[in-house]
Amino acid sequence: MSSESSPPRRRGLIAFAWLWVGAPLCYGLYELVLKAKQLFTG
Amino acid sequence: MSPPVAPPGWSRWLVPPAALSVHLSIGQAYAWSVFKPPLESALGLSGTQSALPFQLGIVMLGLSAAFGGTLVERNGPRWAMTVALVCFSSGFLIASLGAATEQYWLIVFGYGFVGGIGLGIGYISPVSTLIKWFPDRPGMATGIAIMGFGGGALIASPWSTQMLKSFGSDSSGIALAFLVHGLTYAVFMSLGVLLVRVPRGEKPVASAPSALDGVQVSARNAVRTPQFWCLWVVLCMNVTAGIGILEKAAPMITDFFAGTSTPVSVSAAAGFVALLSAANMAGRIGWSSTSDLIGRKNIYRVYLGVGALMYALIAWFGDSSKPLFIICALVILSFYGGGFATIPAYLKDLFGSYQVGAIHGRLLTAWSTAGVLGPLIVNWIADHQEAAGKHGSSLYGLSFLIMIGLLAVGFVANELVRPVHVRHHIPAPREAVDVQREQSAP
Repeated sequence: MSSESSPPRRRGLIAFAWLWVGAPLCYGLYELVLKAKQLFTG
Repeated sequence: MSPPVAPPGWSRWLVPPAALSVHLSIGQAYAWSVFKPPLESALGLSGTQSALPFQLGIVMLGLSAAFGGTLVERNGPRWAMTVALVCFSSGFLIASLGAATEQYWLIVFGYGFVGGIGLGIGYISPVSTLIKWFPDRPGMATGIAIMGFGGGALIASPWSTQMLKSFGSDSSGIALAFLVHGLTYAVFMSLGVLLVRVPRGEKPVASAPSALDGVQVSARNAVRTPQFWCLWVVLCMNVTAGIGILEKAAPMITDFFAGTSTPVSVSAAAGFVALLSAANMAGRIGWSSTSDLIGRKNIYRVYLGVGALMYALIAWFGDSSKPLFIICALVILSFYGGGFATIPAYLKDLFGSYQVGAIHGRLLTAWSTAGVLGPLIVNWIADHQEAAGKHGSSLYGLSFLIMIGLLAVGFVANELVRPVHVRHHIPAPREAVDVQREQSAP
């Protein structure tokens, strides 16, 4: 299956692309967890 | 613009981040409420006026997805993502000019009208492409993208709040915040434009279905089938049931337990809303991926059937158990998100991948309808119950029963879904039919 096993030269691009979208999403999730904690502590 | 075809060796795992870069951006729409109080004080607007840019944006989302779907299919995902980028970012830039010059109508036109077109085209832009790259796991693939729409608000809400704190909440501070939003989203979405590719002629996965399966229906034909309208009802009922809780979550949990020994504080209610957002997001990726294993019809049986059961539990036990109320609400919201994320794969199963993005765009009118219906039911009933002297959990009992009824209607509509009649199919190419005959020959 050609598309599942990408050549090594694409791995850096894949990592960069996922980091590009993953970093802001992690920030959003972190803020969400801080808010959600208030249900148990607030 | 011709659709960008993937070069040899292009990984399909580059397509979901391309889709996410668009959906995480346009998901900002659900964080519009951050701008409402500053706009009201800076421009002297009422609450209704400050909500108008968002409301127009959602209307334009529905309209542009419904009417622009065929163009998206014809011109490909890169064209669609470019249009989404230009419209969504320009919307912010026009709104920035509106805030700087204190021209309210420019904010409505920019964010609502121009930005709203970006929302609709952006929402459907990656759907068809993802399904073509992941024919073996369409639920997971579209679930990742549509999860991004939920995630966009999680990012934008604290980010925009922080920006307004830094720039100030007067008109020049709002203008600067809009400007930064427009420029940042333009850069962020450009990853999607640059990365998105349509698969080459060969099937990306050996076991994937193809045109040989025979089910390929155009968007024009799809809206003439009962299956389309059954799914329209399914989506509308599922979304209405979710919005019924989501729209009034904070006052609902506060009212519900106000008369008990464990009342819910304002900050705890905010935590409850945040937890619902998490369930909404988790449902989008989790349930949609599950649908690849158990089938689309079965997963909607769960959304609608178990969803009705959850509402029944809340209505039955009332304010006697806070953990039960929270768990049931979380499950309902996870089904709400799952329903959104699974529908493109359900459409692909029924109508094929030929114009699934355009069909999805037309089906999103169910979302617009539910967006009006859900809040209307819950707010109208709660107001009338309050006027009748009721309080606490009894404010919402009737709403919950109505939601159970709506979910039952959706359940029946799902049961009525059958394979699309062959007269609606696009005729298979001659050579494909020949291959199919050869394969089916004894």
